Amino acid sequence: MARIAVISFPGSNCDRDIITAIRDITGTEPNQFWHKESTMPRQDLVILPGGFSFGDYLRCGAIAARSPIMDEVLEHAWRGGYILGICNGFQILTEADLLPGTLMRNRGLRFVCRDVVLETHNSDNAILTGLNEGQKLRIPVAHNEGNYFADAATLKKIKDKGQIAFTYSGADQDPNYNPNGAIDDIAGIVSENGRVLGLMPHPERKADPIHGGLDGRLLLKSVIEAAS
Amino acid sequence: MTASADLSTEKQAAEMGLSADEFALICQRLGRTPNLTELGIFSAMWSEHCSYKSSRRWLKTLPTTGKQVIHGPGENAGVVDIGDGMAAVFKIESHNHPSFIEPYQGAATGVGGILRDVFTMGARPVALLNALRFGAPDHPLSRHLVGGVVSGIGGYGNCIGIPTVGGETHFDPSYNQNILVNAMAVGLAQADRIFLSAASGPGNPVIYIGAKTGRDGIHGATMASAEFSEEDSSKRPTVQVGDPLAGKLLMEASLELMASDSVVSIQDMGAAGLTSSSVEMSSKGGLGMEINLDKVPTREKGMIPYEIMLSESQERMLVVLKPDAMDRAKAIFDKWDLDFAVIGKVTDSGHLVLKTGDQVVADLPIAPLVEDAPEYDRDYKDTPTAKPIPNQDLITEMPLGEALIKMMGSHFLASRRWIYEQYDRHVMADTIIESGGDAAMIRVHNTQRGMSMTTDCTQRYVLADPFMGAMQAVAEAYRNITATGATPLATTNNLNFGNPEKPAIMGQIVGAIKGMGAACSALNTPIVSGNVSLYNETDGKAISPAPVIGMIGVIDDIAHAIKIAINAPDETVYIIGQAQDTNDGWLSNSVYAHVIADQTMASAPPPVDLTAEAKHGDMIRQLNTKGLITAAHDIGDGGALTALAEMVLAGSYGVELIGSDHQRSHGWAFGEDQGRYLIVTHDPDAVEAAAQAEHIPLQKIATTISAKELKLGNDDIILVTDLRSIHEGWLPNVMSQKKGA
Repeated sequence: MARIAVISFPGSNCDRDIITAIRDITGTEPNQFWHKESTMPRQDLVILPGGFSFGDYLRCGAIAARSPIMDEVLEHAWRGGYILGICNGFQILTEADLLPGTLMRNRGLRFVCRDVVLETHNSDNAILTGLNEGQKLRIPVAHNEGNYFADAATLKKIKDKGQIAFTYSGADQDPNYNPNGAIDDIAGIVSENGRVLGLMPHPERKADPIHGGLDGRLLLKSVIEAAS
Repeated sequence: MTASADLSTEKQAAEMGLSADEFALICQRLGRTPNLTELGIFSAMWSEHCSYKSSRRWLKTLPTTGKQVIHGPGENAGVVDIGDGMAAVFKIESHNHPSFIEPYQGAATGVGGILRDVFTMGARPVALLNALRFGAPDHPLSRHLVGGVVSGIGGYGNCIGIPTVGGETHFDPSYNQNILVNAMAVGLAQADRIFLSAASGPGNPVIYIGAKTGRDGIHGATMASAEFSEEDSSKRPTVQVGDPLAGKLLMEASLELMASDSVVSIQDMGAAGLTSSSVEMSSKGGLGMEINLDKVPTREKGMIPYEIMLSESQERMLVVLKPDAMDRAKAIFDKWDLDFAVIGKVTDSGHLVLKTGDQVVADLPIAPLVEDAPEYDRDYKDTPTAKPIPNQDLITEMPLGEALIKMMGSHFLASRRWIYEQYDRHVMADTIIESGGDAAMIRVHNTQRGMSMTTDCTQRYVLADPFMGAMQAVAEAYRNITATGATPLATTNNLNFGNPEKPAIMGQIVGAIKGMGAACSALNTPIVSGNVSLYNETDGKAISPAPVIGMIGVIDDIAHAIKIAINAPDETVYIIGQAQDTNDGWLSNSVYAHVIADQTMASAPPPVDLTAEAKHGDMIRQLNTKGLITAAHDIGDGGALTALAEMVLAGSYGVELIGSDHQRSHGWAFGEDQGRYLIVTHDPDAVEAAAQAEHIPLQKIATTISAKELKLGNDDIILVTDLRSIHEGWLPNVMSQKKGA
């Protein structure tokens, strides 16, 4: 049974949702940690949920990345632990330098909440092993700052090392398939060791039959299995 | 004790919105002249916003009771029983004036305020809705206001993590200089764990939690009780500034505090801030309160008592704590990094006593502040009866398809996607039906139960006939809830009108309250909370009256939730509530009349038959329980054909109308007759049998088809992609200043 931790910051607002999804998938309660805690027993998977960790008045995730609990999260990463950062959690991972690049304000300068279609890449990365190359997943986004950006050198490195995990897909049907202007349609990336995944869409919002789709559950299940 | 400092004057009273008579009354009740702080407290408590002095006489006539009602009007929000020991806590409230002056902050703090009203009662907010009214789409201010309000609503709701799942937006030139921003919040609580505001236990500590008090929003309640003029954008400093993260911390800490058996009573500092919260808590408990203003956390130095008492700084709560609860409370506030302070105590004096140091700066008996607030029986003139415009004066020769496209691309019916995509509709992961359908629906967390919710009001109907228009708003809300499969349960109202001192406006208020009351009685949806926003006038010109109805309903099993999208080909579409041989309909004051016939006169709206509404609603629930409905939609603005087009747009199939062309008159297609639903079924025989058994009229109108088109006649076929681009393109075009407004 995987040991799964969910970290809550003051403005996390998707922590309950991811906890519910994990409970549904695994049948057990994940371990919850408050941002002020400075010790965390060993975990198999650490999840940084979505929300507005400290209100996002400064760069999103910047303050959260400096919370006491983050020393433990970094330690977990250095040990080769698995980490999943969703939306604000992705922003925190880039601010904590666990993932390259940054998330800028959406191209349209507006918050955007809607379903997007993701295409899976580099599924040989450890955390993505449960997914097939090219697999399409319909999952919603909800963010103000999801416009992924990396400079040319970083982008080349990400590509060379196979770190792109998900891109926004569906250009043929919808001219607005990329909801935020992310460079090269990047929706999610993994760390060099393939064990830290950050993505903007919210898999926990397509994890129950009432959500009108279960692609998010599929993604979460494969991440949990990879970490187990 | 006598309060110190300089005595106030009649002139100061007038500046605070009190009449000379009211000032004299205050002096008489006190037996002395109040000082400035005391006068400020009186003016806030006696403002229209806090005292309902113009509307109270009529509000009392509304139905507020029923076996589902746990707490009706008078608390922070209404509370109704939804079964299984759970209660829904909900209310709608306006933030009209601030949103016109500063759209982002005005709308954001409107959301924050209504959320506090709900969690103050011990309920976790689970959904937000908004009823918005803007001016003409091409008015120079409209884009700025739409953009600001929408991003303000999203800015607060998205951050605090409550899904914004529904509402409505209308455009009408009467709102050019006075927009309406009404926010509704719905929360869930255990029915036996509701917290009220009445203080008790003299000696109990009064604590202040949350953000510091600043100079923002001073006298906001008074501003909300006066007419507007062109110069009022200079009132920007009286608009409060919201901090959704602080709101989130306050919400979590308050809910945790209430769960920890520490709270005697609790009240948010909303309109009129510390004044109304301390006065209301004392008044409801029949007690008094002593507050040391030096202890109130302030954002700025040198704030005088008047400013501290009348600030409307956001994200603050006043709590009477159990005497032994201080340590538990402190641990919770520390966890959430929240400021708190013991600022006073409950007393049995029946007075509100304010001190700085040892000096008493105000000493007011509570009773006159609340119970003696004036109640006016304002003169009113009934709105003259509007005549219907006969169909023959409205009908055009335009082909049906062309008229449909024009209407679907008009500001009345065009898609609001541009708005709702800026709202997080999915956070909390319990959203079942979101914006774009009839009512929204959320799951009651960890159960199979669903809660349906909507806001409605067709102001052009109300303008023409306040009684019938308000009745229609209730009927429409009832149908929206019903069309999702739920049973309507209770209502909250937001009465947006002009200056009640004008008899014609007062006539609108009286007519609307009567119509609303009749409808809520007949449909068993008592009004359990609400808000009155008067003086919505700019330079003497009143808005179109908008008595907005917020309604909630319940469905026992979310597996039976109905959506509007057509799900399969070869199914049959019926109009429930319309006879098989019907080939005409009510076009007077319809969207068709405005958009196609260019007739904008306030002509008679469609009549409402409350008995038929109830019967037809029950029919929908019966058919749904039998598993006979695969999709359903209320027929409202724009009539049956536009409703059918919306069902097509929501799904992946088309429709083909049944019958010959002559049966499809414009009156039939676009008439706005009430009490009707579109339903789709896979078992037409069973539907017809069930309807006939209950003597409910129904008309078979269409078949669903695989082709993504609307076949309206032999030569009249609309491609869904064309319809979609016009329907969804309108608002983005307006907002990006392209042609199309």
